[in-house]
Amino acid sequence: MELNDLLKHTSEWLKGTGPNADIVISSRIRLARNLSGYSFPHWASKKQGEEIFGKIAKAKESISLLKRSTVFRLADLDSTDKHFLVERHLMSHEHAQKKNSHAVIIDDEEVISIMINEEDHLRIQLMQSGFNLFEAWGIVNKLDDELGKALNFAFLSEWGYLTACPTNAGTGMRGSVMLHLPALVMTRQINRVMAAIAKLSFTTRGLYGEGTQAMGNFFQVSNQVSLGQSEDEIIGNINGLIRQIVDQEGQAREVLLTHNRTILEDRVNRSFGILKNARIISSQETIDLLSMLRLGCDLGMIKEINRSGLNELFITTQPAHIQKIENKKLSSDERDIKRAEIIRNSLKI
Amino acid sequence: MLCNICGKNPATVHLTEIVDDQMNELHLCEGCARQKSVQMEQKFGLSDLLAGMVDFEKKTPQSETQVLKCPKCKLTYGDFKKIGRLGCGSCYTAFSAYLAPLLRKIHGSGKHLGKSPFKASKPTKKSTGMAELRQKLAKAVGEEAFEEAAKLRDQIKAAEQKQSSKEK
Ligand SMILES: [Zn+2]
Ligand SMILES: [Zn+2]
Repeated sequence: MELNDLLKHTSEWLKGTGPNADIVISSRIRLARNLSGYSFPHWASKKQGEEIFGKIAKAKESISLLKRSTVFRLADLDSTDKHFLVERHLMSHEHAQKKNSHAVIIDDEEVISIMINEEDHLRIQLMQSGFNLFEAWGIVNKLDDELGKALNFAFLSEWGYLTACPTNAGTGMRGSVMLHLPALVMTRQINRVMAAIAKLSFTTRGLYGEGTQAMGNFFQVSNQVSLGQSEDEIIGNINGLIRQIVDQEGQAREVLLTHNRTILEDRVNRSFGILKNARIISSQETIDLLSMLRLGCDLGMIKEINRSGLNELFITTQPAHIQKIENKKLSSDERDIKRAEIIRNSLKI
Repeated sequence: MLCNICGKNPATVHLTEIVDDQMNELHLCEGCARQKSVQMEQKFGLSDLLAGMVDFEKKTPQSETQVLKCPKCKLTYGDFKKIGRLGCGSCYTAFSAYLAPLLRKIHGSGKHLGKSPFKASKPTKKSTGMAELRQKLAKAVGEEAFEEAAKLRDQIKAAEQKQSSKEK
């Protein structure tokens, strides 16, 4: 697979299918693993880094779940390519800054991605559309079993999988669910919900993860604790929490529909109007307006467009995606013009 | 000095946060710091938080923890406190006495209950003994029983050397 092939493909997490797909965008499970006998990436020599990369790349060949996957070395990618992968949630921002022995394995369906030599030797990630954590765990567990046979993972029976940062030790697992919560934001209940999440030691982040502000009413909820609970328990806990948030968002949507229908319709249709007509638009404004439009879709106010088409726009309007589509570097001003054009074309009815 | 967030408890954790290229000094109580750590971890890792955790430091003489070194990767405990990352899997064994309470603090538990890799050897009698020693050591450190801790540490060291020479 060539990197550019991904452009013709819809990311798994944007398919808009799966359970509760109106509120839950995607479910993701990440496992942190390290090879026994080697220093962690930040402490490893260049030579060790290469050896680690070599071992993992070789192991990949024997893994059935990675039959149709490609290894991309970061040294071979330019900055647009790297950001393109970050926008598709196939690798982290931090990883995109690296080169040398840093790499990422991506399967053709964009369901599996494995970052090599990020904070840990392997960061195995599995994405599913909608509210699907258990299914995601089922697949990634099998993949991890296979990798564990081919590679010798650093592990202690008392502390589990050993990771560069002790916050990830134990299962090495982080389960994350991306939620769209516009009604909780509009009814000003979101802070209460976020505070409750933090109390239960889960974290919340924005659409583009690590440290960014939540944008366009998108929130990513993840477990914080990775030691002292089994994988099933961790997922069960996130699941229970997410189910409650989904219920609350659903109730808030009901309230808005019953008591503030006109205001809601006004906001949704204004957003639609701007998106259909704008000639210059920033990526922040795009996400905010698309969020309203998506809510309109979910509530049956806007019937002309479907959810997956809308989801696709969230990603094709990101800076690196616009530049990949245009196949050239564009300034921020040029991108704002191009972005408006992409949106108009996509929303033409 | 009082905590910047709650304004009630004394500030024991001192952090520097960088938001939009602006440096902010933060003085927090431990409770607020732990809540803050959720956000901090995303920005610069746990290191800065650990570096500030006073009680984590005061239980053992500074010099002793600074020079404690992982025999495999040569990372010192002082390095770990500075960068917030361990150097290799063996660091967990080398620093087990200090990591045990830290892991409990982070996760609320110190015992792995998840899956094991296919290749992992079943815990032998010997390694269970080690686990017990480490637990005792952690407890001793927690109770500031340093003489006892030093004894246990020597025992662990000896057992480890025996084990690693066997592996070779
Ligand atoms: Zn406080
Ligand atoms: Zn080490």
